[in-house]
Amino acid sequence: MQRAFSVNDPFLFAMVSVILLLVLSQAVFFLLRSWKRALSLGMDKGTLWKVVKTSATFTVVPAISILIGVVALSRKLGLPLPWLRLSVIGAITYETPAAEAAARAAGTTIGDTATMLTASQFSVIAWVMTLGIMAGVVFTPILARRLLGGVGKLEKRDKKWSDIFMNALFMGMIAAFLGMIFGRVTEGLTGWIPVFVMLASAAIMVLAGLCIKLLKWDWLTDYALPLSMVGGMALAIPITNLVRGVVL
Amino acid sequence: MSNPQPARTYDDATHLLGKLWVWGMGLVLLMFPTAICVYYDAWPEATALLKGLLAIAPMYWAVGIIEVLTYVPMLGAGGSYLGFITGSLTMLKVPCTLAALERAKVKSGTQEGEAVATIAIAVSSIVALFIIFLGVLLIVPLTPILESPTLAPAFEQLLPALFGGLGVALIGRNWKIAVAPIVLMIALFVAMPQLTPSAAIFVPVAAGVAILAARLMYRKGWL
Repeated sequence: MQRAFSVNDPFLFAMVSVILLLVLSQAVFFLLRSWKRALSLGMDKGTLWKVVKTSATFTVVPAISILIGVVALSRKLGLPLPWLRLSVIGAITYETPAAEAAARAAGTTIGDTATMLTASQFSVIAWVMTLGIMAGVVFTPILARRLLGGVGKLEKRDKKWSDIFMNALFMGMIAAFLGMIFGRVTEGLTGWIPVFVMLASAAIMVLAGLCIKLLKWDWLTDYALPLSMVGGMALAIPITNLVRGVVL
Repeated sequence: MSNPQPARTYDDATHLLGKLWVWGMGLVLLMFPTAICVYYDAWPEATALLKGLLAIAPMYWAVGIIEVLTYVPMLGAGGSYLGFITGSLTMLKVPCTLAALERAKVKSGTQEGEAVATIAIAVSSIVALFIIFLGVLLIVPLTPILESPTLAPAFEQLLPALFGGLGVALIGRNWKIAVAPIVLMIALFVAMPQLTPSAAIFVPVAAGVAILAARLMYRKGWL
């Protein structure tokens, strides 16, 4: 006999809670293990606490933006599925289009909040959103050792080049996303909004760097990056309003 | 500072534990849709499932493999095994790791870097899980704030705000390596804006250009 289905059924909340507790336990396990490892390598606790502080403060704003994704998807999918998908493996940039494609395949759309999903439609969406994002889960354990072995060999062969190589890898990532920020500039002045926001955030970072160097505000070091991000986002509001005002 | 023999043992254990956790969590995640099918007796229609997977899986699996190839050397073993489960790599875990490595003044690829990257990703994962949990608990009062039209432009510009500050922190010390890939990527996305949503696919291209340019400069003694 079929049970009554709702996208916010307590059964779904219970399932998601158990899975997220497992993910949390994995994070705590790796945290404790790497903390002990860092101490055994001679790193001092003060440095490790700085890492904790920087990582925690840095995470707050992107986590709120993930939460916005959960809210947006929850109108059609209920809370449990978006909560799970955006807390584990998923990313806001993948999950929204994945949910839309899955909903269309199930004969509905994410925007259609007037009609309720059937259990069968929900099942299609849950499967598509889960299977679609599993590449990292499948391939990380297969490739990680080989990739890191290659990095280790490079380090032994030529330490200086190995450092430069790693920096080049980081620069590649930064370059791709900086380039993406310029992707809408051909649309006119509104297309420049992301560029202006990026420059505002960069200016705040430069200012923070100057305060740390010239005024010896060492305490600011932990917060410079989160501050530039939050400052950039806060300035995005007047920048957007100003640009839209000029265009209109 | 470090002894090579225990390091090998630690690395071996990290890879073994990482495989167990990641594949184990993969199976646990598959239990969610399976449980929906069994509990509600609601099995997905094969054609709808296939249609949905064909729409997203080829692209997402390609991006996923590219992310593994690009991010694993940056995040190290422990960080990768955890980061690829907790997700949000581009906009959260990778920048967070870079900031943490910078703060601890250690380099990726070293034993200290491996430990710091794992701590950063673990802390970031715990904080993100907690914030999202709080948000789900308080969704009714929070929704009008999170969806406020006044705040919308701020959240739309998360990535530019993130990469502006991060760019200054990282490019400043490596500007010679950064010039070629940045110029190329800006030119590419300006010329072909339709590629913008697939920016992650171009990370290895930009990294390849950066490595090539760095190699040439290294040989000439400019670095």
